Amino acid sequence: MKKTERNLIMSDAASRLRRLTALILKGFLLLATAISLVAVLLIIAYIARDAIPFFKLRGLGELFKSTAWYPSGHPPEFGALAIFFGTGLVTLGAIVVAVPLGIAAAIALSDILPYRLRQIVKPVIEILAAIPSVAYGFFALVIFAPLLQNRGGSLLSTAAWLIALPLGLLIIFAVTEIATRSIREDMVKTARLVLDAALITILIRGLLALSTMLNSIKISSGTNALNVSIILGIMALPTIVSVAEDSLQAAGRELREGSYALGATRAETLFKVIIPAAGSGIIAAVILGVMRAVGETMVVWMASGNAAQIPSPWFNFLSPVRTLTATIAGDMGEADQVTGSSRYHVLFALALCLLLTSFVANLASEWVLRRQQRKLGGLK
Amino acid sequence: MKIFYTFLIIVLASGFLGGAEVSKITVDGSTTVGPIAKAFAEFYMKQHPGVNITVSESGSGNGAKSLINGSCQVATMSRIMKQNEYEAAVHSEVLPISHVVALDGIAMIVHPSNPVKALTMEQVKRIYTGKIKNWSQLGGPNVPIVIISRDTNSGTYETFETRVLKGEKIVKNCEYVGSNGAIRQRVQSTQAALGYVGIGFIDNTVKALPVNSVPPSPETVKNGSYPIARPLYMYTNDYPKMGSDLYLFVTLYLTRKGQAIIEETGFIPVTNY
Repeated sequence: MKKTERNLIMSDAASRLRRLTALILKGFLLLATAISLVAVLLIIAYIARDAIPFFKLRGLGELFKSTAWYPSGHPPEFGALAIFFGTGLVTLGAIVVAVPLGIAAAIALSDILPYRLRQIVKPVIEILAAIPSVAYGFFALVIFAPLLQNRGGSLLSTAAWLIALPLGLLIIFAVTEIATRSIREDMVKTARLVLDAALITILIRGLLALSTMLNSIKISSGTNALNVSIILGIMALPTIVSVAEDSLQAAGRELREGSYALGATRAETLFKVIIPAAGSGIIAAVILGVMRAVGETMVVWMASGNAAQIPSPWFNFLSPVRTLTATIAGDMGEADQVTGSSRYHVLFALALCLLLTSFVANLASEWVLRRQQRKLGGLK
Repeated sequence: MKIFYTFLIIVLASGFLGGAEVSKITVDGSTTVGPIAKAFAEFYMKQHPGVNITVSESGSGNGAKSLINGSCQVATMSRIMKQNEYEAAVHSEVLPISHVVALDGIAMIVHPSNPVKALTMEQVKRIYTGKIKNWSQLGGPNVPIVIISRDTNSGTYETFETRVLKGEKIVKNCEYVGSNGAIRQRVQSTQAALGYVGIGFIDNTVKALPVNSVPPSPETVKNGSYPIARPLYMYTNDYPKMGSDLYLFVTLYLTRKGQAIIEETGFIPVTNY
């Protein structure tokens, strides 16, 4: 009963004190938020400050046009075109590995697998994100690279079978379904059977030819763009799966039930309602995953081979490449810091390019999210 | 005021006294010699707790500069001082004395299964500049050579560049790795690989090829017959006072323990206990 005795109207002094505490706490929180903002601005400012001398010393053209990267030569050459290309190639590879796999896994987790299984699988996938990148690098260098060298051909052909067979079958069934839609009902079954059989024979013939071709490939060096692409793809997976799955979940139970109530099948609900509703989140997931791949350093420095060359042909994933991050990490010599040479400043120029890329990617993801939200209107 | 002067005198006196007790040695210079200097410093500071040794690696040229302008007592260098550096030193009344603390030899290594038995300097140069691309051109199997180099910041690269490439540029498809150990790892797992490591890093998982028909070993480096090698220096201003910490530090390479440290860091000692 003692509680009720408390005076509900505060004295002026107590009220002032309370307002002051609130103000101080607010200020503190604002400061904490501001620190991260200020950190970003300071990073950009300081990198730009050390990058600009490079462009003053060497001009703009060389860095983006030449492929001759000889920072320690006499005279030095700073053509980073091949390095930009290497970053692009490796990122492309990581996207090819991670995006289909990640989105498929996210859909399976959110809408297909039983809830209990999801509660086990999702944390396990998220563990992938907790593995330090140097451990990935060590794996890529010590286990994966020799494996690619010794069993590269058979590995590639197995991968081709694993990917192309289910995908091909799925496409074939869809195609026959669509192609036989207008046929008379009593003939549909036979027509489908014939078409399926024909297409599957073609698929298997094609795959056999492909796998003999891949089997004959000899990978001379296992530290190449393929190795790094696969590892980076795996590293980007948890980000993509986690964020995409969250956004699929956020589409909500009402939406799904509404769709079922209107008579939509599970597939129709998934592809025509849930995925469009979660589209912005999925795209954000992809961009986040890709930025993880672009910014990763340790794995590429250890396992990409670091050869500053544009592969020939350009899509040759079996040749070693060099990326921006690896170049910055590998060429950061203490020697140059003291002399302040262009060899030192070029690394900041590269860092600035990297920073601007991720900045633009972030802006793009923001823009996509906004547009999607506007398009969907009331949907969350 | 009087109190202030007393205080000042006490501070200065304790400074002088302290100077006698805690001596400080600053080492600056080559990234190649850096590991030796760091290992020496670590060992010496453990033996003499009152001594503080700092080692920076800012390149041989900067080491020389620091010695001349007095900001370090020991300049580590992977090359001999140039004439203009000597001149600048004499102008600043600094007398550079060189101590050759170790020798650096670089071995060309291949996979143990590689049938190629030897290389010449010219062949090594032609491989690394991209003129020889396939092991079949050297009497081996018909596979392209996987060329591996140290990153361009390392002293090992610098030695290789000056002794072998002589100003020519490495071919673009050459792979770069971050350490001697990583090169050895890449070579022992890659059949078509060719790499180079400090002689201390040779073991039985890789095959070290003779260059100009001289096998790489501490002996052939010392007798001058092995071609990819160079001495490593520490420079001091004048010969250090006998018995001083500086003297003991720069002559550590002459002791049995110093020899062991140099061998551990992958270099060749000048002594032979």
